[in-house]
Amino acid sequence: MKYARLIWVNLTRNKRRTILTALSVAAALFLFVALRSVNTTLDDARQVGSESRMMVRNAISVVFPLPEAYHSWISTVPGVRRVTWGNWFHGIYQDRRDFFPSFAVDVDGYFDIYPEMVVPEDQEQAFRRERTAALVGTGLMERFGWRLGQTISLTSLIYSPDQAWPFTIRAVYTPLPGWTDEAFYFHYDYLYEMSEWTQPGWYILELEDPSLAATIAATIDEHYENSRYATRTETERAYLAGIASMYGNVGLLINAVGIAVFFAILLVAANTMMMAARERASEVAVLKTLGFSDRLLFGLVLAEAAAITAIGGLLGVVGAKLLFEGTGFQGMGLLPGFEVKLRTATLGVSIAIVLGLISGLLPAWQAARLPVARTLRRVA
Amino acid sequence: MALLEIRSLSKVYQRDSQAIPVFEDIDLDIDTGEFLVLMGPSGSGKTTLLNLIAGLDEPTTGTITVGGEEVTAMSRRQLAAWRSDHVGFIFQLYNLLPVLTAYQNVELPLLLTHLSKKERREHVMTALEVVGLSDRADHFPRQLSGGQEQRVAIGRAIVSDPTLILADEPTGDLDAKSADEILTLMQRLNREFSKTILLVTHDQRAAERGEAIMHLDKGVLTR
Ligand SMILES: Nc1ncnc2c1ncn2[C@@H]1O[C@H](COP(=O)(O)OP(=O)(O)OP(=O)(O)O)[C@@H](O)[C@H]1O
Ligand SMILES: [Mg+2]
Repeated sequence: MKYARLIWVNLTRNKRRTILTALSVAAALFLFVALRSVNTTLDDARQVGSESRMMVRNAISVVFPLPEAYHSWISTVPGVRRVTWGNWFHGIYQDRRDFFPSFAVDVDGYFDIYPEMVVPEDQEQAFRRERTAALVGTGLMERFGWRLGQTISLTSLIYSPDQAWPFTIRAVYTPLPGWTDEAFYFHYDYLYEMSEWTQPGWYILELEDPSLAATIAATIDEHYENSRYATRTETERAYLAGIASMYGNVGLLINAVGIAVFFAILLVAANTMMMAARERASEVAVLKTLGFSDRLLFGLVLAEAAAITAIGGLLGVVGAKLLFEGTGFQGMGLLPGFEVKLRTATLGVSIAIVLGLISGLLPAWQAARLPVARTLRRVA
Repeated sequence: MALLEIRSLSKVYQRDSQAIPVFEDIDLDIDTGEFLVLMGPSGSGKTTLLNLIAGLDEPTTGTITVGGEEVTAMSRRQLAAWRSDHVGFIFQLYNLLPVLTAYQNVELPLLLTHLSKKERREHVMTALEVVGLSDRADHFPRQLSGGQEQRVAIGRAIVSDPTLILADEPTGDLDAKSADEILTLMQRLNREFSKTILLVTHDQRAAERGEAIMHLDKGVLTR
């Protein structure tokens, strides 16, 4: 388009101002896209869990355990096909900031209930046989550069923090889509022997029919209602949604930040365009003497405003995408990988462009209505 | 019929409640191919008259007709299109866009036409050749002397081959030698390319380059 150069030279004539404006828009959009991605990821998390698996946890909080004796009774509840259990280990490898999810699990039952992890047959046998064996996700293997057969040492933030726990990696799983590739599993028996007071953290049930979930939950929770360890039973999906909501009411936060961001963009861009338009009044007047119409000049100013915010918006979105996907943050391994969705990116850039157009409206209108004779007289 | 016909033209500026009459009841005819000079003391309304002819300002009363089209009856939108086709404006302070090269400045009026990039290029190079700046096409205004800047501005004024060239003290800011070159160029435009020119100047020597001199003083135009 033949006017592109005119827009471009105008954008670049005050480079510092244009860059600062674009960067402000970029920062605002970065924030917006980042928060929105947290939200979409949490929404996804609410969809991850299976409807045919249920979690039984301590009614007070997931951090309190449940007695081992519950296993046999829960197994008898009609509609429950299988029961297994797991425990949160909170293992640390070298650096405690390098977080990954680690679980002590009932090896005999756990992997039957979780088909999401694909393990070669021979490795699975090797893992089952050895008390100190570990099963590790491909992503975690890669992250720490571990090899199959390697013995590594973890410490736990929960169980005697000073103690070193040796594990030998006997199996590596490949996750099905939606499952984390960074989890670490080992024998509950090992944990039980090393610490006297261990109890299952939660039970996992496999249902014969998802439609029985409500009845089963009511049966179990009523049964233990008045015991020392009251339970809370919910589908895995509901359970994960509960964990996701521990991250706070993100939706509200996003709306608040979103509105602030929009105003920031609007003000910054509008300010820049007003300044630019004021400086260029005489040039606009000259263009009018050449026959540039009011409408064309209106469009040129709008296009310039939109170009600045579009560039800034793109920067912010790309920045958010790189940062999120570069860190591979997975929220305790319980969430699907964080991702800036195309939908979010498009929304962000569109918002930036629309706000750019809005911010350009006033200066564009001023340019269109500029009185030529009086403006030229002022500079001459 | 004259190319330009001005009938009973008055311009009264309104400042607060005070009316400031600039001129009243002016009549003027300019024929195609004429090179007319307009002189007069500062504040007599010369620039105002040029602006009215170019449709950049509205008269209080009266009509202006150029080539049979009544400029004073046009809408803002029609005026813009009409200016693009018929008027070349030259200013005292050149008024080039500093961020564009000489070539790009001259090309500006052509952006409004349907010419292709290649055709625009031909027209721009021709205009630059006429004003003697073919070798400065890629220079920015700040890299040119005042006289050269004014020649670029003249190139911009003639590139779309307008009916009428309006020049408001085009040599007012130039030294004698540069001014002389500009005036020679304008004479050439008139003689060689049959351009109709209305030149406003304070300079008697400049005025002598025209075919006829008019005086505007105290609201009265004499020829
Ligand atoms: N927008 C305006 N409002 C009020 N008065 C104006 C306005 N524009 C011009 N004038 C007045 O109109 C008169 C004519 O001005 P104009 O610029 O046409 O004079 P000029 O002959 O071109 O003068 P110069 O030789 O100094 O350029 C002046 O007295 C000026 O102050
Ligand atoms: Mg004047």
